[in-house]
Amino acid sequence: MTLQNCLILAFLLFAIGIWGLLRRRHLIGMLISIEIMLNAANINFIAFSYFSAKDSTAGALFSLFAIAVTACEMAIALAIIVTMYRRHHSLDVNQLRDLHD
Amino acid sequence: MTNILGYSYWILLLPLLGFAVNALVLGNRFPRAAGIVSTLLTGGAAVLTGILVFGSFGTNPQAQVLWEFPFLRFSETFAASMGMLFDPLSAMMLFVVTVISTLVHIYSLEYMKHDPSSGRFFAFLSLFTFAMLGLVVATNLFQMFFFWELVGISSYLLIGFWYQKPSAVSASKQAFILTRFADSFFLLGIVLVSYIVGSFDFATINSLSLADFSNSFIQLGIAEFSKAQGLAIGALFIFIGGWGKSALFPMHIWLPNAMEGPTPVSSIIHSATMVVAGVYLVARLFPFFMLHENILQLILILGIVTALFAAVIACTQTDIKRILAYSTLSQIGYMMFALGALGYTASVFHVFTHAFFKCMLFLVAGAVIHQVHSNYLSSMGGLRKKMPWTYVCALIACLSISGIPPFSGFFSKEEIFLATLQNGHPVVFAFALLTSALTAFYMFRMFFLVFHGNARTQFEKPVKESLLMTLPIVILAIFTVISGFEKNIFAEYLVPPQVTLPHTGAHFPWIPFAATALSLAAIILAGIFYVSPRAQIAKALDEDNRSRFYKIVAHKFYFDEIYYAVVRQFLLGGIAAFLKWFDNVVIGSLVKAATFVFQKAGDAVRAADTGYLPFYLGTLIAGLLFWRFLGNLPL
Repeated sequence: MTLQNCLILAFLLFAIGIWGLLRRRHLIGMLISIEIMLNAANINFIAFSYFSAKDSTAGALFSLFAIAVTACEMAIALAIIVTMYRRHHSLDVNQLRDLHD
Repeated sequence: MTNILGYSYWILLLPLLGFAVNALVLGNRFPRAAGIVSTLLTGGAAVLTGILVFGSFGTNPQAQVLWEFPFLRFSETFAASMGMLFDPLSAMMLFVVTVISTLVHIYSLEYMKHDPSSGRFFAFLSLFTFAMLGLVVATNLFQMFFFWELVGISSYLLIGFWYQKPSAVSASKQAFILTRFADSFFLLGIVLVSYIVGSFDFATINSLSLADFSNSFIQLGIAEFSKAQGLAIGALFIFIGGWGKSALFPMHIWLPNAMEGPTPVSSIIHSATMVVAGVYLVARLFPFFMLHENILQLILILGIVTALFAAVIACTQTDIKRILAYSTLSQIGYMMFALGALGYTASVFHVFTHAFFKCMLFLVAGAVIHQVHSNYLSSMGGLRKKMPWTYVCALIACLSISGIPPFSGFFSKEEIFLATLQNGHPVVFAFALLTSALTAFYMFRMFFLVFHGNARTQFEKPVKESLLMTLPIVILAIFTVISGFEKNIFAEYLVPPQVTLPHTGAHFPWIPFAATALSLAAIILAGIFYVSPRAQIAKALDEDNRSRFYKIVAHKFYFDEIYYAVVRQFLLGGIAAFLKWFDNVVIGSLVKAATFVFQKAGDAVRAADTGYLPFYLGTLIAGLLFWRFLGNLPL
């Protein structure tokens, strides 16, 4: 296990996340894609702190902090999604054009 | 004495206060109160002026600036001030303006009683009084121009006072536009002169000598002139301002048409005070104008042409106010050519005497119109029994304007004749005598047709002469009788400052006899035509079966028509049509092109607003990548 492998893994996860974000038509799917991208970033944190930092606690702490922030974000996003569903009875972005005008 | 000097600004502030109170508070809601407030405040100004003027008699007649403050600072050393100049000339004008204004205010209390908007009338009348007082006490050209425009606007407002009448509206517009046209030259002249001299002050401008300016040069757009020539051009432009305001030929047409206003307005603005502003301007800058021989020549010629021309027209008019308007034109011509012939004292004296008798004549005309409800001579006649006081006063005024001793017009006209002859203008003198005879003729033509003969309209019940209307006329009659005897005061005090007039000392003792004899002959002629038992009044008032020459004169030499043709063909047909085309085609297409471009650009941008979430996210990411790899995103 080298730094390079970890970075490739993170890159792949991030690419998958972007791909999913752009291709998914369902809001939940897009949310999961965002989660994957965030985890790719966390992997980077951990990897750099493990391989190259003098003190590895800072990176670990920072990724834990990021996870906590993500949890809050997800809670809000899910709340919005629930409201959206109540209004439109659908979570297909093709039909959700509320951002227009 | 010192006390009143300290409070002299109240002379200006009282009429302004009258305007403010009437315009803002009383107005048409309490017209009676508005009239009384205006009258009292103007009367107060008149009393203060009286104390100021008579208190300073016998003291040093030098000009003094009572107060002055900078109004607009253009630079550290160059400011336009507002102030109060007190010298014999401005004292004379202050006296005339305040006294006449007070009397006209009193007269209007009765004359405008039944007008629903007389509150507005009194507000404007006070505004005019304030503006005129500010004009005559001006210490510099800038202040004069400021108040010059203010009298212009109050004149406009009062000519068009009965704005329901289309003729009044068009007359007010005509007066305003024509005087504005002249005033634009006035402003140019002020700019030019003050630029060369470096000051607006009358004192500085009057004490120039051209020799100081002939060696430096100024670029005037088209060519380079010496500063002395620049001053001459400036003087001409300044005079054009007075040319328009004093309605000299050929810019005279607005004055007869201005008679559409209420009669008290014609009396104060369009005969006694405002229209002599041009004369006042030339008199105020007399030493400056004396530097420019050619302009004095122009003033002389314009004056005599206007005097004669207007007198000829006045002989054929049948509207009483228009007769008086042409008579005013003629008398202003007198004042002007007197100035052109270096008869400064004579001219100023004529301003003084003319103000009283002409104002009185207008007030008489107003009283007559009040009686018969018509402006036309054909509805008058035989009024002497119904209006005995007015009759006597009208007789005094007519004798005065005709130059019959011992009334004031005799003295001032005689001075003018003497000045023209002494300074070597025999041709002008001959025309002036002829004009004087014509004046006597048309004044008595009007007088006989109004007051003598048989009544040509039957009244249901004749209105009695009311005190408020007769009293000002009688007071003015007293002024008319006594003002002629102030000749010596004028000769002592009213001499132009800083210059000495050439004095030939030649005496022509026959002048008063010749002038009086001619006037008397003209009066007798008028009597034969219009009042003797064989007079054919119906034929005299008939305008249709007349010789061609009479018709041309009666149509005022078709000047109105010429003006209308010029305005319609040249201004409306030529310039206005071109401007309309320019506006439609050039400006219009520019505006259309601008809207077209922005509309299309807007359409293009709007296409991006899809409302489709993945599209937004995609562009966000693409943008970030673009920024990172092609831009300068700091990562």
